[in-house]
Amino acid sequence: MAALIEIERLTKRFAGFTAVDDISFSVARGEVLGFLGPNGAGKSTTMRMLAGFMPPTAGTASICGADVVDQPVRAKRNLGFLPEGAPTYPEMTVAGFLAFTGRIRGFRGSELADRTDHAMALTQLEGVRLQPIETLSKGFKRRVGLAQALLHDPPVLVLDEPTDGLDPNQKHEVRELIRRMAPEKAIVISTHILEEVGAVCTRAIIIARGRLVVDAPPSVLEEQGSSLDDVFRRLTLGQEAA
Amino acid sequence: MRAALIVARRELSGYFATPVATVFIVIFLVLAGALTFTLGNFFDRGQADLIPFFSFVPWLFLFLVPALTMRLWAEERRLGTIELLLTLPLPQWAAVLGKFLAAWAFCGIALALTFPLVITVNILGSPDNGVILSGYVGCLLVAGAYLALGAAVSALTRNQVIAFVLAVALCFLFAAAGSPVVTEFLNTRLPVLAEIARGLSVADRFGGFTRGVIAARDIIYFASFIGFFLFVNAVVLDHRKAD
Repeated sequence: MAALIEIERLTKRFAGFTAVDDISFSVARGEVLGFLGPNGAGKSTTMRMLAGFMPPTAGTASICGADVVDQPVRAKRNLGFLPEGAPTYPEMTVAGFLAFTGRIRGFRGSELADRTDHAMALTQLEGVRLQPIETLSKGFKRRVGLAQALLHDPPVLVLDEPTDGLDPNQKHEVRELIRRMAPEKAIVISTHILEEVGAVCTRAIIIARGRLVVDAPPSVLEEQGSSLDDVFRRLTLGQEAA
Repeated sequence: MRAALIVARRELSGYFATPVATVFIVIFLVLAGALTFTLGNFFDRGQADLIPFFSFVPWLFLFLVPALTMRLWAEERRLGTIELLLTLPLPQWAAVLGKFLAAWAFCGIALALTFPLVITVNILGSPDNGVILSGYVGCLLVAGAYLALGAAVSALTRNQVIAFVLAVALCFLFAAAGSPVVTEFLNTRLPVLAEIARGLSVADRFGGFTRGVIAARDIIYFASFIGFFLFVNAVVLDHRKAD
């Protein structure tokens, strides 16, 4: 079966340095890919290119067969994207914000209402539906961003640090949510919390200094060293020493 | 187009959810009213028209419109929502057009709220309301031109102060291009440029509207001015959105 996400030789150069260097991988339906790496390794840049926000210097990325540069609107229709920091419009209410993204995605009338209600139920936002987003705590804001990405039930989910700023209970909820959705979707999550990879991911990719250093299931990674922590340190620090 | 209108609707309600709308409209109305009645000699002229009002509006817009546009893209960058907006399934031009339409509609609302002046002049005398209407159309087109220019500048930089100063300077360039000072200076030295300057001047085009003349070539001028800068905005955005 064809992969829902295809990334081929993706490269991004900024003035003076290469943020993402010749990365290739694909993600099929049913896979949850954990995207690991130290801060500044190029995780967010890769995700931004995959989401069609940043044009790649070289290489291609496609979502459900649509190239993100050549057919951006088609690619984005099949994508739920949580950008880094979960940005939202602060003056809007939770329900208003979700309705806005839903309308852009072409929903209207009772379907729009059903979709926003469902997205709020999935992320436990019903209690704050009419509050302006700026009055919410960090964990709620993150869940508003998540709700926006899930609203249209997309086949591809790209989530940049989905559990950052959540308390342990909320982290657990989000991981449960990801696990429940996993069979029908291709999911990429970036994180620097290693136990999260073991908990939800079927596959892990480690990048350091823009290069892909490991692509393997978490269980295989753990066999190589004593723990994921050690593997991560060895691979990413080793790269820097070289 | 649907996507552009959805963006415009969100933007416009954003203006009214923050103090931006109140501050802008109150300052605009106070200044427009005060200038019309003091410097404009509204009563002493003894004529039932809104010429004093229309002569000040473009100059007010020169400062107020860039204040509106300076945050258009800079704010999206600061909040990071630009990443959200541009990864939603909408063509990029729809985001540009939506933002412009919202700001334009907002200026339209501010202009519409000067209606007491129209009532006043109708009570005091019998003005040609057709001329007044065409004056308002002219004001709206000037606002649109400045908005398009300011929005393009705002896409260029993430610093709001730079966006404001640059937009005021560029708007002033187009406002002053047809003024006697500039054209006489150019006439004595480079007569060709004087013609071009007059042709590009926003103020010259606006003058026709205040006299009640809605000429096709003036409409075409404003339409192409707005279209050109919206295009520039889209191109600049495409190159610098992630900076």
